[in-house]
Amino acid sequence: MSDEQDVITGINAPVYLKYNFTAGRAPSRFLSQIKKGVLMGQRCPKCSAVYVPPRGSCALCGVATEEEVKLSDKATVESFTIVSIPIPGNPIEPPFIVANLVLDGSNISLIHLLSECVNEEVHIGQRVQGVWNPESEWGYSMDNIRYFKPIDEPDVPVDKIGKLPVTGWEG
Amino acid sequence: MRDIAIVAYQQSDSVAKAGAVNEVELIMPVLARTFKQAGLNSAQDVDFVCSGSCDYLQGAAFAFVSGVDALGAVPPIKESHVEMDAAWALYESILKIRMGHADSALIYGFGKSSPGELPIVLSQQLDPYYLAPLWVDSVSLAALQARLMLDQGMITERDMAEVVSRSRRNAMNNPHAQLSGDISPEDILAEETYLSPLRKSDCSPISDGASAMIIATVEQAKAWGLPYAVVSGIDHCIETHNLGMRDLTDSVSTRMAANHAGMNTGKVDVAELYAPFSHQEIILTRALGLDKETVVNPSGGVLAGNLMMASGLSRVGEVFNRIVKGEAQRGIAHATSGPCLQHNLVTVLEKGENA
Repeated sequence: MSDEQDVITGINAPVYLKYNFTAGRAPSRFLSQIKKGVLMGQRCPKCSAVYVPPRGSCALCGVATEEEVKLSDKATVESFTIVSIPIPGNPIEPPFIVANLVLDGSNISLIHLLSECVNEEVHIGQRVQGVWNPESEWGYSMDNIRYFKPIDEPDVPVDKIGKLPVTGWEG
Repeated sequence: MRDIAIVAYQQSDSVAKAGAVNEVELIMPVLARTFKQAGLNSAQDVDFVCSGSCDYLQGAAFAFVSGVDALGAVPPIKESHVEMDAAWALYESILKIRMGHADSALIYGFGKSSPGELPIVLSQQLDPYYLAPLWVDSVSLAALQARLMLDQGMITERDMAEVVSRSRRNAMNNPHAQLSGDISPEDILAEETYLSPLRKSDCSPISDGASAMIIATVEQAKAWGLPYAVVSGIDHCIETHNLGMRDLTDSVSTRMAANHAGMNTGKVDVAELYAPFSHQEIILTRALGLDKETVVNPSGGVLAGNLMMASGLSRVGEVFNRIVKGEAQRGIAHATSGPCLQHNLVTVLEKGENA
């Protein structure tokens, strides 16, 4: 009798849970500044490393990063990859470049997109700058910067990447 | 067998809403106080770190990974996590030390329950085919359990109100308590019923916060020169998820765990019991056979503040505090997980030589 039974391969049990999510105090401070077009890092009181975007602690020292440091939107390529497959649900068409970038004045890289470049010529140490969306479109988001593009400045040697002051790179 | 000592314990205030803080910001101040108490600088000074948390509470995926940013994990540390109360992180850490893989450990638990609807969130830990789709919430299940006891004449509503009243009064001496006050059983009984037969006061509050502890071998604790309490036994037992097959008016798994942990080999001066509902404190007290010689929940217990994933560790911490202060020679701490006291852990603590 039981041989006749259908094999049940799934049941419908949708899960809906509502949350009043908060970003955290330190990320909230960063997000309210980027809404105004300002990239604000936070400095570790122990090792002086500047984090952007900050999460509230220095992951090296395990202490809170209270001091705020205004950063440049110029950056150096620390590493990159050329992506040749589409991201599901993302409008960006391949091939495109995802890069680890270190903003001038900060010590830890962030991940963003590179565009307006010849993909094959992108290299470590290359100087780039953020291309911002129109101010009217700014929100609490890293998307306010649409992507970074190469600028005409000399390359940064590998041992200097992540150690530039906010005033930038003289070459 | 290597004897284990607890050398430091700290807890945050238990608050209804921690506001904008994220997990790192919730944990960091508690860890800083714990390291200070032990005379250590960071997680680099212990051999092992284990945490307890549950991402469902705050609705943030991999929140426990972000929590590692509070530790100073550069250079890398040995770290582990349980998706459970941190009392089970203590259990894992004790095994690690007993096996000789570490001499010391940091344990912490954190929970931010305020962003979600906790009783509904907890419904999703039930059997996924038959119960979770019905969204049976944790308070309703506890109410079923209380009804079973009331209708069989095992307890009265006044017994439950007395548990709440004692919790509120004890909590007046607990600086981290969320709910405290000189409230009589009559005051409680005058309250409206919330989820029959439970009144709001019979239920632990929704709380945000964290707690942390440092343990070590007794030799290491002596080398650090710190007062300590010895963990002389720890065990946990779980009952079936099928509520219909359990005797909900008893806690067999708690009794078994306590026996395995050696609770009955000596007098119990103090017991901190994780009873999220007033009637559950009565179940646990009876299951363990505790009498008037034992002070139950001098901190107010979790009716005074229920830090999900941390309050089980806090029970151990509260007993540690009393032993180190000389208020008790020997005590037990209980932690629970799952609906209607499904899974229970019992730790036995005793006075160390330096305490």
